[in-house]
Amino acid sequence: MNKRTSQRIAFGIFRILGISVVGILVGILGFIVYHGVGAVSWEFLTTAPSDGMTAGGIFPAIVGTLCLVAGSLTIAVPLGVMSAIYTTEYAGNGRVIRLIRIMTNNLSGIPSIIFGLFGMALFVNRLGFGDSILAGSCTLGLLVLPVVIRTTEEALKAIPDAFRTGSLALGATRLQTVGRILLPAAFPNIITGLILSVGRVAGETAPILFTVAAYFLPRLPESVFDQVMALPYHLYVIVTSGTDLEAARPVAYGTALVLIVLVLFMNLLASFFRKILDAKKG
Amino acid sequence: MKPDLLRCKRKGFRLFAEALFTLSGTVTTVVILLIILFLFKEGAGLFRSNEVEKGYSLCVHASSPVERLSPAQIKQIFDYETEWIPFRLEDLFDRYSEEELGKDYALLPGKLGEEITKEPKLVAFVPTQYVPTGLPTVRVLPGSRIGWLRFFGGKEWMPTATPAPLFGVLPLLLGTLWVSLFAILIALPLGLGATVYLSELAGEKMRRLLKPAIELLAGIPSVVYGFFGLVVLVPFLQRTGGLPVGETALAGSLILAIMALPTIITVAEDAMRNTPKALREASLALGATRWQTIYRVVFPASVSGISAAIVLGIGRAVGETMAVLMVTGNAAVMPSSLLEPVRTIPATIAAELGEAPAGGAHYQALFMLGCILFLITLLISTAAEIISGKSFYNKKGI
Repeated sequence: MNKRTSQRIAFGIFRILGISVVGILVGILGFIVYHGVGAVSWEFLTTAPSDGMTAGGIFPAIVGTLCLVAGSLTIAVPLGVMSAIYTTEYAGNGRVIRLIRIMTNNLSGIPSIIFGLFGMALFVNRLGFGDSILAGSCTLGLLVLPVVIRTTEEALKAIPDAFRTGSLALGATRLQTVGRILLPAAFPNIITGLILSVGRVAGETAPILFTVAAYFLPRLPESVFDQVMALPYHLYVIVTSGTDLEAARPVAYGTALVLIVLVLFMNLLASFFRKILDAKKG
Repeated sequence: MKPDLLRCKRKGFRLFAEALFTLSGTVTTVVILLIILFLFKEGAGLFRSNEVEKGYSLCVHASSPVERLSPAQIKQIFDYETEWIPFRLEDLFDRYSEEELGKDYALLPGKLGEEITKEPKLVAFVPTQYVPTGLPTVRVLPGSRIGWLRFFGGKEWMPTATPAPLFGVLPLLLGTLWVSLFAILIALPLGLGATVYLSELAGEKMRRLLKPAIELLAGIPSVVYGFFGLVVLVPFLQRTGGLPVGETALAGSLILAIMALPTIITVAEDAMRNTPKALREASLALGATRWQTIYRVVFPASVSGISAAIVLGIGRAVGETMAVLMVTGNAAVMPSSLLEPVRTIPATIAAELGEAPAGGAHYQALFMLGCILFLITLLISTAAEIISGKSFYNKKGI
């Protein structure tokens, strides 16, 4: 076969594959949006489920997810940022640092259901938090820790060394350099990491199954020791174990749409932030 | 305040902050160690618990030749027709009235003793507190502990079976690998094709549009993929394949393949684009076509990155919980075909942990499953790390 013909055939195949992959992914998205858009209304977003979760809205689940997002970020962001400061600004380039990097990488590769098991064993049972926002937030916080660490590390590494030497030359201590020069400079990137974490936390189901999620709980949480409903778990419940699966379908499509919009909006926001930052740098 | 006191305070604050940073630096390491500790601690208890349900004993007639029963044999006796006669507490209640058993069932052990004495073929499964003591005709079977071999080599997973639950991991382990393997086989040609298209063929404008779009899709929650699989893929497979149920290993593999695509594409695409420009140009200058350049130069140059992408894709598939739980039908049987339901390790944990009483054998078995899953993913991420650190051209000194 002529080499030009074989190139034409190969490229044709790749083009089809490439476009079909994007097609599949966009198709899934389109399917959910198409079916979900009719179900979503102001009322859907602001009322509690009713009639065995086949009617009404998803307000408690939205509130629950927001609680979990807030709780887990309160844990992950300070810890993650400080960890990144240590690895980029304080630790040298030795074995310890390599170990820490590997551990951070490994942590991000651990399946979310393992976090669920761990959260149940440590926070729910051992520390006695019970099924609560506190236990769920701790579990989810550990889950997104690698995301926060990685984005902060990247941000700190991207700051030119001139910033550090300049600050130190003026007599500032290392800590002052970190607090007054590096963190403000890295702040926008840290926000990017934070937004990415929000998307991740909002979409996870497995870690909250046994640490916080309530099957049906139409009231709003009063303290961090309360259980809550959460969007992804609510979707799972009404799709697989409701009283009337067919009747609950519109609610399920609506919930899926709200979840996707929330998660994708966060990711879009993060990449938008990143683009602005890149433009600034350039 | 005196200046030196102020300085002292500042120094104290600095030391405190630095100590805090150092501590935080180790946080991921500590978390991993804690995960290992808790998973193994909760799981290891399994091998200290008895095969027969907690608080119960098996009794036989003293002359019975039965010495020891394995869980599979116990199941055989109690669930199927054998020469042995299974006997439970309910059977005793059928034969005697409340009065005959006495206040607080004080006379129950005696009656049980009579039953066992009467029938040498009887195997009685009763709460340990009611076992008749001091009767020469009754023998309590020694309880053996759940063994490693039976756990890792067992082919049956029936955690709620009485009198003796069966904890055989093989069907779950093979189910996980089975579903993931086919997911990767489906995702690989699609993903690599899309990667070549994105990195080599698509125009700059197209690439700028598609790459972020694919990355964005990696963020769709797995429960949404599962939902899509359940309402679209499962009925479709059932209809076109004429299957009794649509929830099959194939449905799981397809959904996992779709979920792994963004991971595979982004990592592999980075690897291909990072091929040094000089290599491509040299190849083109020698008269090779673009296609020849791609598969003779760019592929070998980026083979480590592409392999890392595949390994990461497998890792994603193996650990995925919700989507698989929703579409694979969750039958804990040894996988034999793609068109039958299977059950994976993560799905088993998610489905059963809620019902397993804390501290019981079932609960511990689920944590043991968690340990296995943890080790598999640790292996995979280490492999990805090692592979992506190696480059074809580095080895050859170019």
